[in-house]
Amino acid sequence: MKAAILRERSGALLLVSPVIIFLAVFFLWPLWTMVTAAFVDDAVSKVLPRTAASIVSWNGQGVPSEAAHKALVQDLKAASDEQALGEAVRRLNSAASGFRTLLGRTIPAVKAAPDPAQVDLLAVDPRWNDTRFWVALKEAMPPYTDRNILAAVDMKRDASGGIVAEAADASAHRLIMLRTLLVAAMVTIACAVIGLPYAMLTASVTGWKRSALLLAVVLPLWTSLLVRTAAWFILLQNEGLINRALQAIGLIDSPLPLIFNRLGVVIAMTHVLLPFMVLPIYSVILGIPRNLMSAAQSMGAGPVRAFWRVLLPLSLPGLLSGSLLVFMVAIGYYITPALLGGANDQMISSVIAFYATGTANWGLAGALGLILLVVTTVLYAIYGRFSTPQQVPGA
Amino acid sequence: MTLAKKLTFAVCLTALVAGAAVTSAQARDLTVVSWGGNYQDAQKKIYFEPFAKKTGKPVLDESWDGGIGVIAAKIKAGVPNWDVVQVESEELALGCADGYYEKLDWSKLGGKDAYLPAAVNDCGVGAIVWSTALSYDADRLKEAPQSWADFWDTKKFPGKRGFRRGPKYALEFALMADGVPPADVYKVLSTPEGIDRAFKKLEELKPNIVWWESGAQPLQLLASGEVVMTTAYNGRISGINKTEGKNFKVVWPGSLYAIDSWVIMKGSPNKDAAMDFIAFVNVPENQVKLPEYIAYGLPNKAAAAAVPTNLQKDLPTAPENLAGSVPLDADFWIDNIEELNKRFNAWLAK
Repeated sequence: MKAAILRERSGALLLVSPVIIFLAVFFLWPLWTMVTAAFVDDAVSKVLPRTAASIVSWNGQGVPSEAAHKALVQDLKAASDEQALGEAVRRLNSAASGFRTLLGRTIPAVKAAPDPAQVDLLAVDPRWNDTRFWVALKEAMPPYTDRNILAAVDMKRDASGGIVAEAADASAHRLIMLRTLLVAAMVTIACAVIGLPYAMLTASVTGWKRSALLLAVVLPLWTSLLVRTAAWFILLQNEGLINRALQAIGLIDSPLPLIFNRLGVVIAMTHVLLPFMVLPIYSVILGIPRNLMSAAQSMGAGPVRAFWRVLLPLSLPGLLSGSLLVFMVAIGYYITPALLGGANDQMISSVIAFYATGTANWGLAGALGLILLVVTTVLYAIYGRFSTPQQVPGA
Repeated sequence: MTLAKKLTFAVCLTALVAGAAVTSAQARDLTVVSWGGNYQDAQKKIYFEPFAKKTGKPVLDESWDGGIGVIAAKIKAGVPNWDVVQVESEELALGCADGYYEKLDWSKLGGKDAYLPAAVNDCGVGAIVWSTALSYDADRLKEAPQSWADFWDTKKFPGKRGFRRGPKYALEFALMADGVPPADVYKVLSTPEGIDRAFKKLEELKPNIVWWESGAQPLQLLASGEVVMTTAYNGRISGINKTEGKNFKVVWPGSLYAIDSWVIMKGSPNKDAAMDFIAFVNVPENQVKLPEYIAYGLPNKAAAAAVPTNLQKDLPTAPENLAGSVPLDADFWIDNIEELNKRFNAWLAK
């Protein structure tokens, strides 16, 4: 009996295993990599173990003792793995700008010296007299760090280890994150305002009209995002189609600023994301019995009241899932704000891309990604709380 | 099918798939990566296709937008799927220090003396000398702007200005507009006061700046009249003048020039073919064809000397163009790009 249940269970497990494997490989593993990249900080201590041991006792004032200098020279002499050393250098330069060229000068000097004990760091480069670099070195030694996650929200640790805000003009991750959410919200609202009537119209007509309306929504999905963005560029620019036409009919004298500002970004993103709003609403409205509106009217409700009390509440699930889809996709937008936006429309994904591909600072890129994930999850939880299906009588 | 047959079939299939995977990993064609656009079109015509014909083996070409993170990720992934890459000077310095590139065999390249000193590196050999400069549409502007001070002068030249988004180039040009002589730009910029000064100067122009990111954008901005002046890559300017009959001009004094280099990815399975390719590109007779298509300077001295005089005047390496220009300081930027980019973003967001 037990064996039979076990066999059944393992059979079921076998059946869902593709899903589990898929989730593990494409979701959990990347997520775990991102988290470790943000918190694990062993690049420096791995390459400079003697320095790590010797600098622990240094109090952070002035310059560490001669022993620490010797340890660093020995470590650099012994370091044979170029790539590991490179990672350590990148990590240190990210903490103190200038470390890159400092070590770029020091490492060859140490390697060339016949006797490492004879190397005088200060003679190689006077910057070794600068406390800043030694502090960065000491702070890079613990195997785990919160510096990335702090930097992602514009915070840092001061000399005494307390958490303080960065100077206002030094970092703007929080502001860019808020802006990302704001733009995504604006796009979601614009999509809802256009998408709801559109979906209702599509659901209310039949035959070729419905096909034409649906095609108009789905067709842009088959065009590359870049092409659609470029098309908006041509339409919205100062001497573009829209401004020319408005000027030709005498509505405006000088071109409207439609591009390189938030308006241009919202217009283009709304167009690109509209299908994600229209299709869920449309499928929900299709499932609403058509006679409900007539029933409402027969009971004395005017068209507006019937819409407000009957059709809108019933299509709400579609509207909510459409909004969620649009919002989630909009948060990750990158190309459209870069091409159509102004100085103030850069979104968080372009900052993440800068750290990931531009400077290979995967720790900070991971931390920013993590913050984005947490914010989105919280919003999703709020959404889940408000959108628990209410039992509509008769539905 | 009986069970035995099924099993044999499955085994055969697996072997086939595995075999295909192994051969494809070994016999990947030589993959060359460059910067795309009309530049890569020219390279395809004068380098990639003739090399493929000469060796009888196909050459794959891809394009990229730069970034040491891209190179690092490919190296970390094990065997890289690129062989030869054209990189900017920062990527050359960073990647060479971090062991991401193979060391070049300079004996195959005709020795180090055959090149401009700045184009010689253990890991890379210069491919082009290119400039970022003030550019404008001479058909639209009656009076020609002369300098970065003119670029900042919105009274004399009303209208928007195009700027590459990011601190690199923007800070240097701002300092020159503020009266710093080109030769002293990096000296000033390496002090905190210098950086403050550059940001303050940028602040003056901020409401009039349209920021661009990819090299094709400034051309579009100029062509549509969206901006009256912009920073742009000199080769693209001469390229569009040639292909679309535009009358765009480059202001050479105060321009910044840099060298792009060819490197071979560490662990490339096509290392020898990659070295042969780089040698082929650096044969003066091959390299000299490039300026006919796009106005970039040639690091190979023999090739540079052989460029026809009518093409010389558009190259960043022409003596009269070099006179007032500054070489981009790659060391400054590899030290400071992260901190300054963070500050730049914060400044933009204000």
